[in-house]
Order: sequence, then structure tokens, then C-alpha cells
Amino acid sequence: MPAIEAVGLTKRYGNRLALAGVSLRVETGECVGIFGANGAGKSTLLRILATLVRPTTGHVRCCGLALPGQANEIRRLIGVVGHQTYLVDDLTAWENLDFYARLYGLRDAAGRIQDVLDRLGLGDRAGERVRALSRGLQQRLSIARAILHRPLVLLLDEPDTGLDREGRDRLQALIADQVARGGAVLLATHSVEFGSQVVSRALFLDRGRLAWERPVGEELAGELERQLRRRP
Amino acid sequence: MIAARQIYAIVRKDLLLELRAREQVVGMGVFALLTLVTFNFAFDLTGADRAASGSGALWVAIMFAGLLGMGRAAAIERQQGAWEGLLLSPADRGTIFLGKLASALLFIGIVEALALALFTALFALPVLRPMVLLVVGLGTVGFGTLGTLFSVMAATTRAREVLLPVLLFPLALPVVISSVRATTLLLTERQAEVGPWISLLLGFDVLFLGIAYLVFGHAVEE
Repeated sequence: MPAIEAVGLTKRYGNRLALAGVSLRVETGECVGIFGANGAGKSTLLRILATLVRPTTGHVRCCGLALPGQANEIRRLIGVVGHQTYLVDDLTAWENLDFYARLYGLRDAAGRIQDVLDRLGLGDRAGERVRALSRGLQQRLSIARAILHRPLVLLLDEPDTGLDREGRDRLQALIADQVARGGAVLLATHSVEFGSQVVSRALFLDRGRLAWERPVGEELAGELERQLRRRP
Repeated sequence: MIAARQIYAIVRKDLLLELRAREQVVGMGVFALLTLVTFNFAFDLTGADRAASGSGALWVAIMFAGLLGMGRAAAIERQQGAWEGLLLSPADRGTIFLGKLASALLFIGIVEALALALFTALFALPVLRPMVLLVVGLGTVGFGTLGTLFSVMAATTRAREVLLPVLLFPLALPVVISSVRATTLLLTERQAEVGPWISLLLGFDVLFLGIAYLVFGHAVEE
């Protein structure tokens, strides 16, 4: 059973076609990258898969569950990192994760929160308010929030935004771990360097259409750079 | 049981945030107190006039303070996409609505307690009675239900400060009228006539709660 299966996804905002019949399949134990210029439809695609946006046409199944009917069940299985951090500024890092742990009904929440904070190098910042953290540390906390409930599928939209070298290394290790334990990752990024290090297959979106799909190889990075330069 | 825990988590988070930032209750409380003081000094109130104008002043204070608080709550929730974080959780949309409604009612309730105490002192009217408190409670539930629904809808728009009252007050009018009439009747010792107004309030509360619970998922969807 594929982790994600999307067929003929179309999303229209008024007259603008953000996605035009995109189909994709992500297997378990796989990290797939979505590349494309600004406005190519990467975020729209991820937001549909994250159950935040309803497609105009098309079907999505996640771990065998169908959208929109089983959206609540799907939300238990996915972890999402988006353009925003999904955190509350005036709560501490711990309080934010504790809030989400309660929503997910996690057992041994305190142990799990400490674990994810340590994995993202935030163990000693747990008591600090989010607004007091740097952008990069907020991004790390956002990633911690996304993996808190041990999701089977990670949907990552520019997850390396604002991260320093250490943060990127931790993210890379986390993605590798997710794939190794049979989970799936769908990663949207502009960073060819970061993306080509972690993905096993690349999809290229161009103005809402799936232009091509290739396994990662030496020539892929060069091809991606060329495509992204052509459509800034 | 899971839904109850999720509702508790939402209320707990909102309360913690309010204790930390004090962005809602203080503003709502000051607004309610200023409204009551202004009404008290603006009119020369005696006898039945005092009860009629007093109940109007009380409900203006409650509803506008509530409007202020619910609008602010929705704006805070949108910061950094915390609202979307909530939508990404496995909590059912209806459960999220009930959680946000419970928070709104808690904060409005705190402001009402202050407003009723001041109202008693300024207007010398006996509002701290079970029947009056029942009417205040029913009116608040009806108004808070619509306010929670529309504040979330309006928060996605640029003109949210304008849009929220425009959406809310026309639909809340039956609740406003019923609440004011029932309170006036109770304050003028005409308890025998208040039954239909309370029934009306109860009916609108059930109707609004049912509709808002069902449509909330569609209202928050892109």
C-alpha cells in the first residue's frame, strides 16, 4: 500500500490554476522531493495532502485512507512542516509541544516531548517562549512539533528555511531515520543541494503541472539547477 | 472522551496564553466598565426607565466587549499559523469549534462577572439573581456561538474588524432582543411575562449551536 497516492489533482483559485492534474505516488520507506520555481504549485500540493485545502478535482489516499472522508484519521498519520511554524508565540517551546501532545492524546507525553526537543538540539531551550527564539530555532521547534506524534508520513515544505548547518544536519538525520523505519517523506524545496542529499526520487512541477520525474543521480542536481534558473 | 480531552487542551492553552499575554480579558473588561459608567452618567435614570435603560446598557457592554474579545482571540490564533496547526491536529472540526466556544464563554463570563458587580453598584438594580443570571448565560451562549463562528471566518480577511460586526449583529439580533427584553422584564419585577423570551433564547441557542457545529468545518476550509 502506498503512503501517498494522488490522482489528477487540480486546484483552481478563481481564474488561476494552481495545480493542473497532478498525480503522484510515494511508497513507504521513500523520500520524494518536489522541486519547482516559485508559484509552481509545490505548496498547494502539500497543503492538499495535509488536508488543509480541498482540491477542485482529483483524489487523494494516504496509507489507504481517503480524503476528505477520513481526514481526521489521516491527520493522525501525517506530520507537517509548512511555511509558518504553527506555534504560539507567547507559549514556551515545552508548552507548545505539550498542547499538541494533548490534541494527539499522546501517552508518556513528557518523555516524548523531551525526546524530540533533544533530537532537534532544543533540550536546554524548553522553557523559553517561542518569540524569544531565533528564526532557525523556531523552525527546529516546528519540526519537533511535526514529528511529535511519530507520523508515518512527513510532508515538509521548505523545512530547511532559516536552519544553520547543525539544524540541516539534524533534519537530514531525521529524514533518514523516518525512511529507515518504513515511513515516507514528501519534501518540497528550492534547495537543490539539500534536496538532492535526502531524496531518492525527484518530481519537477512547472506551473502546476508535473513536468518530469526522475530517480536521484549525479546529473539530477545539474538538471534541477538549469530548470530552476530557467523559471526564476 | 477524546473530544473532551481535546476541548480541555484548547481551553487550557487559551487560558495559559491569556494569563501570559493578557490581550483579551483586560481590554474587554475596561470596555465593559467604561460603557456602564458612561450610560450611568449619560441618563437621569429613575423607576422603570432605569430598568429598561439599565438592561440595554448591560447588554451593550456584554456584547461589544464579547465582540472585541472574540475578534482579538481569532487574530491571536492566526499568528504564525497557530490556527492551521490546530486544523492539522486530529481534532474533529466540531471539537475545535466547541473548544474555541468554551474559551470564548470563559473569557466573556469573567468580564460579565465584573460587569454585573459594577452594574449592581451603579444602577442599584438586583441583577445578581438566578433568573437574571440564567438570561445572561443563555444570551451569552447564543451570542458567543455566532461570534466564535464568524470571528474565525472573518479572521482570514483583510477587513476583519469591519466584517465581524457586519456578519455577527444581524444574525445575533434575535438573541440581543430576547436578552434585553427578558432582562428588562426581570428587573421590573414582571417575572410572569419572561417565560416566552427565555424559551426563545433557548431555542435560538440550540439552533445556533447546532448550525455552527455543523458548518464550522466548511467555514474554516480553503
